[in-house]
Amino acid sequence: MGLFGKFKNALNKTKQSFLSKLDDLFKRSIGDDFFDELEELLISSDVSVKTSMEIVENLRDRVKTERLKDKDFVIEIFKEELTNMLLEGGKVEIETPAIIMLVGVNGVGKTTTIGKLANKFIKEGKSVTIAAADTFRAAAADQLSVWADRAKVRIIKHQEGGDPSAVVFDAIASAKAKETDILIIDTAGRLHVKANLMEELKKMDKIIKREYPEANLYKLMVLDATTGQNAFSQVEAFDKDIGINGLVLTKLDGTAKGGFIISLSRELEAPVCFVGTGEKIDDIEDFDAKEFIEGLF
Amino acid sequence: MALFSSLSEKLNHVFSKLTKHGRLTELEIKQAMREIRIALLEADVNIVVAKQFINKVSEKAVGQEILKSLSPTQQVIKIVNEELIALMGSTNSKLEVSGSSPTVIMMSGLQGAGKTTLCGKLALYLKKQGKNPLLVGCDIYRPAAIEQLKVVGGNAGVEVFEKGTQDPVKTSEQAIKHAKSYGFDTVIIDTAGRLQIDEDMMQELERVKKAVNPTEILLVIDSMIGQVAVEVADTFNKRLEVTGLVLTKLDGDTRGGATLSAKAVTGKPIKFCSTGEKLGDLEPFYPDRMASRILGMGDVLTLIERAETAISEEQAKKLEKKFRENTFTLEDYLTQFDAIKNMGGIKDLLSMMPGLGGKMNLSNLNIDEKQVGQIKAIILSMTKKERRDPSILNASRKKRIVEGSGTTVQEVNKLLKNFEQTKQMMKQMKNNKMFRF
Repeated sequence: MGLFGKFKNALNKTKQSFLSKLDDLFKRSIGDDFFDELEELLISSDVSVKTSMEIVENLRDRVKTERLKDKDFVIEIFKEELTNMLLEGGKVEIETPAIIMLVGVNGVGKTTTIGKLANKFIKEGKSVTIAAADTFRAAAADQLSVWADRAKVRIIKHQEGGDPSAVVFDAIASAKAKETDILIIDTAGRLHVKANLMEELKKMDKIIKREYPEANLYKLMVLDATTGQNAFSQVEAFDKDIGINGLVLTKLDGTAKGGFIISLSRELEAPVCFVGTGEKIDDIEDFDAKEFIEGLF
Repeated sequence: MALFSSLSEKLNHVFSKLTKHGRLTELEIKQAMREIRIALLEADVNIVVAKQFINKVSEKAVGQEILKSLSPTQQVIKIVNEELIALMGSTNSKLEVSGSSPTVIMMSGLQGAGKTTLCGKLALYLKKQGKNPLLVGCDIYRPAAIEQLKVVGGNAGVEVFEKGTQDPVKTSEQAIKHAKSYGFDTVIIDTAGRLQIDEDMMQELERVKKAVNPTEILLVIDSMIGQVAVEVADTFNKRLEVTGLVLTKLDGDTRGGATLSAKAVTGKPIKFCSTGEKLGDLEPFYPDRMASRILGMGDVLTLIERAETAISEEQAKKLEKKFRENTFTLEDYLTQFDAIKNMGGIKDLLSMMPGLGGKMNLSNLNIDEKQVGQIKAIILSMTKKERRDPSILNASRKKRIVEGSGTTVQEVNKLLKNFEQTKQMMKQMKNNKMFRF
């Protein structure tokens, strides 16, 4: 399977309905219906209403001023514009020594993503330690331990209900002592409207910066592809409080399209770094904007 | 909340040329419906569902005479609101009980929807109603899922039946036997999260269903889900004939349009909402409240009900009078703290208020236990006169209070500021036009 084979495969499952709709769409002439339905296609992929309207409006103007008649060409332009929007988020390279802190609301797949990431980095020849700083959810540390075993990495954990910052503190000491390349920190999934969680995260952020300033810190926000417009509110809240460097899109293995990242990544000025494409430990890919957009059509 | 004001404004603009008591014309309705459509889509209502809904509402609205009591904007929103409520089912629906014990409740849903947590909440809910529930761990795939169920079961004081990673069909059959022998009247089966397109996993659910013949098959839906809600709900319903829907994570700020999508596509009642992190945070579903939420009108009804349970009627009347007359004092502030704590925190409350959530800076209003203790100490260190009129607090009075309460001047000042803010908000609530809806 090629570099993006699995990624494409995952998207393939979702793209059939998309494609057939588009086929229908493009048989027609480039009129109001064409643009309306294009807009609906975006909205039904969870791209925000505002962005969908804007992008389609821009396309409409361009088709008019450049007197474009060829539908295939128009669709190429459209794909290119969408890809460019995604690329405006920039790019993140993980440079060691690194600390990756994963944050996000409940149930988006943080713990699973950590297992997959740990495995990926190990395969790339890096040394990895994971910190179970989700001391809130019942059995979260147990779940992470299973992933740690599968990926064969060390895990630092405390008692359930303990102070997550203390876990982070210990994990940093351990990572330094063992000269670990990458320390991945799991955090509790809590709704972004809960102030206590945000305070907890800020505290961890502070401790990391104080205890290990030499490490490159990446705060990655995990988003579930099945999420709707609430994704914007989630990211806004986390970014405001701790500053987000990048996004991870999970569960892109169903029919959900995760279209919100198209405008999100640009607004946040942070790229999508990784994509979760299934339940197995290898089901994680580097994100590729062009591939993502191609896959959608 | 802010969304509602913007929708309101947009509609006002659409109707600005309309004579006051004329009829709504087709063109005006069309423009208004465009705004409603955007509002629904922004709330994650599925695009197809939104379209059907708009068509229905348009029919109702065209040609309607504008009532004297309402502006055209209010009238349209009233129609939309009523239709939303009608679509979501007009009353809340209860759990079915099987004629022969035990009643079997099976959970289903996507990964991360919140099934395991919900199992614990439902078990506690049933236990409080005098039932004797048994939890069954059938998520054999997610690492430590059964561990998690054991923890939530333990917290709820409910027994958990599990057979490790044994086939869920076998485990659930054994669980029913176990329930019968040991007198459990309700069996709640937790299942693994799965994608609706995962054929093997969907078949597994069908097999469990066939084996234990559940009275209730609940589809657990994350209220933050987007457009895909329709497909998810439709597939689960077609495969399993679910008996009801449960919405989770409604304590966030999602507008929950997926509720409408899932309900529209399955026609099944929404039985419960999960509204918080604590095990007791499970509520029946009220369509009228959800309609307000989708339209961004604030959850006034929930607020009122919560206030009713936390404050006695007499207290409430007194308080209301004080708000009205603006004679709310620090003494009242003190007595309200416990009540507010019982209602789920002031921030929660205020975010439910129409027109307030977006406008006010609520960040200063977080209340934690320690702070409440401090606040009590400060207020109790004041003289009665000071409590009634904090404006007389000069430096020397403050110094005395600081010493009496073991706090700092900053903390005293912060309290006074918060108190003023609260008063301001009460004033706004009083003047808030949306209350007249």
